[in-house]
Amino acid sequence: MNGPQERHGPACALETGGAWLLALLWISPLAYALWTAFHPAEFSVRFALDAPLTLQNFANAWNAAPFARYFVNTVALVTMVLAAQLVIGTLAAYAFARYAFFGREVVFVLVLVQLMIMPDVLIVENYRTMSALGILDSIPAIGLPYMASAFGIFLLRQTFKTIPRELDEAARVEGAGALQVLWKVYVPLARPVYVAYGLVSVSYHWNNFLWPIIVTNTVGSRPLTVGLQVFSSTDQGIDWSIITAATLMTSAPLLVAFLLFQRQFVQSFMRAGIR
Amino acid sequence: MSRFSVHIHGWLLLLPAAVLLVAFTHFPAAATLYHSFFSTPKPGRSAVYVGLDNYRAMFDDPVFWQSLANNVWFALGTIPASIGLALLMAVLVNRKLAGRGFLRLAYFTPTILPMIAVANIWLFFYTPQYGLLEQLTGLLGLPSHNWLGSRDTALACVIVVTIWKEAGFFMIFYLAALQGIAPSLAEAAAIEGASRWYFFRRVTWPLLAPTTLFVLVNAVINSFRLVDHIIVMTRGGPDNVTSLLLFYIYEVGFKFWDLAYAAALTMVLLAILAALAIGQFVFLERRVHYQ
Repeated sequence: MNGPQERHGPACALETGGAWLLALLWISPLAYALWTAFHPAEFSVRFALDAPLTLQNFANAWNAAPFARYFVNTVALVTMVLAAQLVIGTLAAYAFARYAFFGREVVFVLVLVQLMIMPDVLIVENYRTMSALGILDSIPAIGLPYMASAFGIFLLRQTFKTIPRELDEAARVEGAGALQVLWKVYVPLARPVYVAYGLVSVSYHWNNFLWPIIVTNTVGSRPLTVGLQVFSSTDQGIDWSIITAATLMTSAPLLVAFLLFQRQFVQSFMRAGIR
Repeated sequence: MSRFSVHIHGWLLLLPAAVLLVAFTHFPAAATLYHSFFSTPKPGRSAVYVGLDNYRAMFDDPVFWQSLANNVWFALGTIPASIGLALLMAVLVNRKLAGRGFLRLAYFTPTILPMIAVANIWLFFYTPQYGLLEQLTGLLGLPSHNWLGSRDTALACVIVVTIWKEAGFFMIFYLAALQGIAPSLAEAAAIEGASRWYFFRRVTWPLLAPTTLFVLVNAVINSFRLVDHIIVMTRGGPDNVTSLLLFYIYEVGFKFWDLAYAAALTMVLLAILAALAIGQFVFLERRVHYQ
């Protein structure tokens, strides 16, 4: 709130104190998880300053389940989905932004339907489809329903529409074809939007859980989230130190990326949301 | 380009997206309706047309009604609280104060974590006897309580987790909107001697209306879409008090393998989302003033 008065004195200090209190409260579940993961089991709920630090929980978790394979699966999934979304979304957005083709308005509304009715809620029928295609329990089956993203198409269309047509025409005068214009003019100018969309997409699919748990049932295709759930609900009794270590391990790449590129992440989420 | 080739090129560019969207959004939505009028195929017996039987069964299914009611309580519990907290957070960190970077980070970090990781962390937090919550209540001399295992507290526990995860996400939209409000407004209000609360109520809050609507729609969709934490923390229990609609669809479809009934249940979810979409459209047309 850009309040009317410049604030000093006790009221301001109180507000700062409140902000800090809320932040500490907010970060405490995570801090608690970090404590448990990095200390021996006997200290998992005992907060002693002299508790020894250890990486043993991570080592135990890593050896107790095929996390290496899960990492590979998730990276493959995220890469495949993002690549497909970018290519398919760019082509569709270009059509919507620059081609007055027959039925454009109606089709655009039909695309936007996916913003409300996401693949996440069509699990029953999409499962039937994957079964009919004979690709159950595979990484493409996890990714396919998300490869055409209404959100991506919408975002890129809005961006492409802001690019002056003169640039487009200038390139065409020099003999560039439609796809060349797209690649040489539109894509470079929309770079920040691609970065924003990419970050949002990667974190969404790294974290996605419901559809993957339905459509996969072997180690060869499970992403990290599903692997973590299988691990913590069956493989381990209730060894919280190891479960917490596994939990942090599976979120670590995103978390580290977020801490390193905090500003870009926040701006991306913001840009992607507000368009 | 000839007029004809514009149509051809436009459709060719659109084709991959159109095929995938039809295959995995429009077709399944229509197929859901179709399959909801049939029985679930079983070994040796293919699906037969049963008319409204699945819907009649749904009408008589207490778990369906409970899941729907739970979902409404879940939405009411999560949406106002997470939006209110998001606004509070945004207001708190929108000015210069000590450790602003850390504060924003603390508020936003839960958003980055997978919901399943969040659920695991909180599961530990709520663990009977052993978890942090029990330890805190124990210090205060309160009796031991199984937070997730009790009918009275399970849904509330799940609501708290969702608020924790979502508030920071909504905060950044408010933060962006607050930064877009011209400082001259605050200066003018200061000259007029307006109080901070008056300024917030009469200037800031109305200017935030589009953001609030955007966040609200997202929050409502999320309350019907996100059930990862239910699967991890409670599996709908105890006695279905934490069963949300999509979770129940998941259970019926992929635990009991009654795909036809799951299709009928999905129709309810689709109807809710469609109503929301239409409502948003109408509301957006009429109420919210863009600057």
